Order: sequence, then structure tokens, then C-alpha cells
Amino acid sequence: MNNIITTDRLDLYYGAFQALINVGLNVEQNKITALIGPSGCGKSTLLRVFNRMNDLIEGVRTTGSVKVGGEEILGPGVDLVSLRKKVGMVFQRPNPFPLTIYENVVYGLRIHGEKDRKVLDQAVEKSLSSVLLFADLKDKLSSNALSLSLEQQQRLCIARLLAVLPEVLLMDEPCSALDPLATMRIEELMLELKKRYTIVIVTHNMQQAARISDECGFMLLGELVEFGPTKRIFTAPKDKRTEDYITGRFG
Amino acid sequence: MMDARTKEKIAFNVLLALTLLVILPVALIVGVILWRGLPAITPEFLFAMPREGMRAGGIFPAIVGTFYLILGVAFFSIPLGVLAAIYLNEYSERNRLTRLIELAIINLAGVPSIVYGLFGLGLFVTFLGFGSSILAGALTLTIEGLPVIITATREALNTVPRSFREVSFSLGASRWQTVRHVVLPNAIPGIMTGAILELSRAAGETAPILFTVAAFYLPRLPQSVYDQAMVLPYHIYVLSTQVPNVSVKVQYGTVLVLVGMVFLLNVLAAWIRARLRKKKTW
Ligand SMILES: Nc1ncnc2c1ncn2[C@@H]1O[C@H](COP(=O)(O)OP(=O)(O)O)[C@@H](O)[C@H]1O
Ligand SMILES: [Mg+2]
Repeated sequence: MNNIITTDRLDLYYGAFQALINVGLNVEQNKITALIGPSGCGKSTLLRVFNRMNDLIEGVRTTGSVKVGGEEILGPGVDLVSLRKKVGMVFQRPNPFPLTIYENVVYGLRIHGEKDRKVLDQAVEKSLSSVLLFADLKDKLSSNALSLSLEQQQRLCIARLLAVLPEVLLMDEPCSALDPLATMRIEELMLELKKRYTIVIVTHNMQQAARISDECGFMLLGELVEFGPTKRIFTAPKDKRTEDYITGRFG
Repeated sequence: MMDARTKEKIAFNVLLALTLLVILPVALIVGVILWRGLPAITPEFLFAMPREGMRAGGIFPAIVGTFYLILGVAFFSIPLGVLAAIYLNEYSERNRLTRLIELAIINLAGVPSIVYGLFGLGLFVTFLGFGSSILAGALTLTIEGLPVIITATREALNTVPRSFREVSFSLGASRWQTVRHVVLPNAIPGIMTGAILELSRAAGETAPILFTVAAFYLPRLPQSVYDQAMVLPYHIYVLSTQVPNVSVKVQYGTVLVLVGMVFLLNVLAAWIRARLRKKKTW
């Protein structure tokens, strides 16, 4: 077992409101870890701890310990640029920039100072190939990304992230804006991506968690109620609340 | 008793009449200015120096003076206003200081323009020793216009979706990189519209330039930013109240040139805004 993210006694407050309570979990390398739970239970908040995106919100206080690749990422003095290169994020709504497909993919590389046209071209081909878009889009790399279908846009957003060579992909309900068929294809993509990356996915869709994840955590009101192998969580939950949730008795 | 349709018809016509009433003064003013002023517009009027105590010849120095002054205002107010807005919107946390700044901005917008004129006289002309000059006038107009530019820029910045910023940060971009590569490019048309409208307003201001730059009569072009200059709004005031026996044609011609300048700036702003609407798809 190789843990890439570990949290210990993690608490997070939005002002006076405590959104995460004593969360402790391990995310294993090259696995898909799913976070499930009713809306408002803190799944997105927890996900955004891993790349310190909560820093952008005023009045957030985080205590405890979060280690990524063995290094503590809470507290001042952490190199956020290299953390965010390593731990990237895919958002709920596909959000490409209103730029060309090409410029979307190379955005991160340009930000990090890459100017060599050859390197950029290669990154575009490689990243788009990884999300199975290259064949379709290679002749219209200079058309506007917003002209793509929602599914393609979401794939493009994943490609944009892959271009900066992350190790962990955080996905916050990446399929919630997509239709069932597109959802299925993105799920296939995730199974493909997990060979090379570690994926943490937030989903309110239990079937999705059951289908694709290896590990699963159930959250409720800011607590991580139960965490373990997906199969066991869904077949033999230890906590009554988990059982109630997965059998649809509330939520 | 009237039925609903008759009532509806009457209401419609009353509203239409009221709306026309609003347009009427504008149409009248523009009509009169065009009718009286157009005959004055000749190449000589636009490009020659004034003669015979400004009763004949052209208004070239006043046009150039106004142009320089507006250029000066743009030079100071756009960078300052845009940077201030970026700071307030993208960098600062909401605390007592930023709330104080916001309060100041709102209140500055309500200060009568003659007060800015006197402030500019005190600070730039006298205390800093710039004398009555394009520099002093431009700085005075800048101070008056900053609240508008800051507010317009913040509105433009706010139209850029939060999600763009989030993605950028999540890819490891710094705040400045995010502003520079994501926020500004998407906000620039809005910022330009606001800035140009502000410049067109500044072009027509009289009180703030009265003591800070405007020359009564100066039949040559300004040579440096420390020079006084003739400027259109003040020139109109001079022609209509300070010099006896100026022909109505010359007076209205000058007014037409100023209105034309302001109008062109407004058209430019509207054009940029229309293009922005067409392009925006998020
Ligand atoms: N920026 C914020 N400020 C204050 N409270 C917030 C903020 N974001 C989320 N919350 C609160 O934190 C809790 C968890 O939110 P979130 O992590 O978005 O839940 P989930 O993703 O599981 O639906 C909710 O009660 C929500 O209202
Ligand atoms: Mg959420």
C-alpha cells in the first residue's frame, strides 16, 4: 500500500461554522477514491483541502494535518504552485476558458514558463490523446473551446489538467452536468486514467461510486463516518448511518 | 365604462407620449446645434488659429488643447483606476480599510466639480507648482474621474466568472498571472467602454479646468505639459459671455465640435460594448 494523501484530525471552519470534523483518511496511489454523502456534508470542502483551494475563501481556518506525498501541506510556507501542479482539480461544471482548444490545453504550461512551441505541441497531442479527444479535434485545435459539447468540454478540462503533469486528480462531481451516456464514457476514461494517476472523486451518485471506485468514504454533516474498500462499504457497512444512506433510507 | 383594451391603448399612448417628451429636449438641442453650427464647420474653422479677437478664423488650438488634455487624463486615470480596481477586486480582503476606500469612492463621485477645480488649483497649480497647465488640468480631471473608472472596471472584472479564476489558481497560477491571463483579457472590453465614457465626460467638463489649465486666448499650440491650453468647453464659455460681438455661427460651430467629439467617443464605447456582447458566450 502506498498512501499519497493522508489526513489526520482535520478540522475546517468557515468562520464559526465547522464544515469538517476530525477527518482522517488515506488515499492510495493509482486508485479511485470516492467521497459520497448527502449534499452539504462537506465533500467539496474536503476535496478542496487537498490542493488548498479553500485558501481563496475568506475566513477559512484549517487545523490538523494533511500530507501529500509525505509532505505537510497545511500551514504557511507551503509552495502552493508546486502543490497545485501535483494535485489538480476538475470542476463540477465544465469550465474551459473562452480561448482556442489549443490555448486551453497549454494554459498551465504557459503559466509555468514553457515557451518552446514543440514542447507545447507535444503536450497538446499527449494530453488530448489521454482523454481520447485528439483524433476528433486535431484539425480544429484553433477553434473556440466553448463550441464543443459539454462532454468534450469536460474532457478538455481534464486534458488541460493533465498537461501540467499532476499526480493526483481531484474531481468534484465531474459528471453532474452530463447526460448518462457521456457520464458512462467519462467513467471509462477515469478507469483508464487511474493506471497513471490517483483519483479522488466526489459524487452524489452512489451507483457511480460503486461502479468505479476502489475506496469509498461516506460523509455526513462534516464527519467522515466510514471509510474503506468500496465493496465492503456497499455490502457490509459497519455504521448504521452508512447503511441507511446506501440503502436510500435518507439523503 | 371602458373595456380593458381601450384602457390598455390609452396607457400605451400616454407612456409613449411621456417617452417622447424625454427625447424632445435632446432632439431640440441637437437639432439647433446642427442647424446653427453646421454652416460654421469649414476646414479653416477646424484647422486655423483664431483671428480678430476670436471672432473669426478657427478654433484649432482649442481642439488640440482638448485632445491633449483628454490624452493626459487617459494617461493618468486609466492605469491608476484599473490598478486600484484590480487591487480592490482581486487582491484585498474585505476589511475596514477597503470599506473605507469604497466609501471614499462613492462619496468622491458626489462632490461638485467646482470643488475639484479649486482642489486642483490648490494642490497642482499652487502647491506642487505646476502652474496653470495641461498637467495640472489632466491631474484634476483624473481625480474627478477616478471613482467612475474604478467602479466601471470593478463591474467589468465582476462579469468574469469566478470559475475561470478557480481553474487558473488550481493549475498553479499566481494571483497576478490569473489577473493578467484570465481576468483582464475577458474584462478589457468592459473596462475600455467605461474608460472611454469617462473620457468623454471629462472632455466636456468646465469647472475643474477653469483654474487649472484653460487659457482665455492663446493663438498657438501648447509646447509641453507645463503649458496652458485653450480648451473647448471654456472656449465656448468665453465666446458666449466674455467677448462681445461673436457671431452666433462661430459660437454654435464651437459647440458642435465639442458635442461631435463627445458623440464620437460615445459611439466608440457603444461599438466596443456591442462587440463584447456578440463575443461573450459563457
Ligand atoms: N464559502 C463558504 N462559506 C461558508 N460556508 C460554506 C462555504 N462553502 C460551503 N459551506 C458550507 O459547508 C458545508 C459543506 O459544503 P460542501 O463542502 O460544499 O458540501 P458538499 O460538497 O458535500 O455538498 C455546507 O453546509 C455549506 O453550506
Ligand atoms: Mg459539492
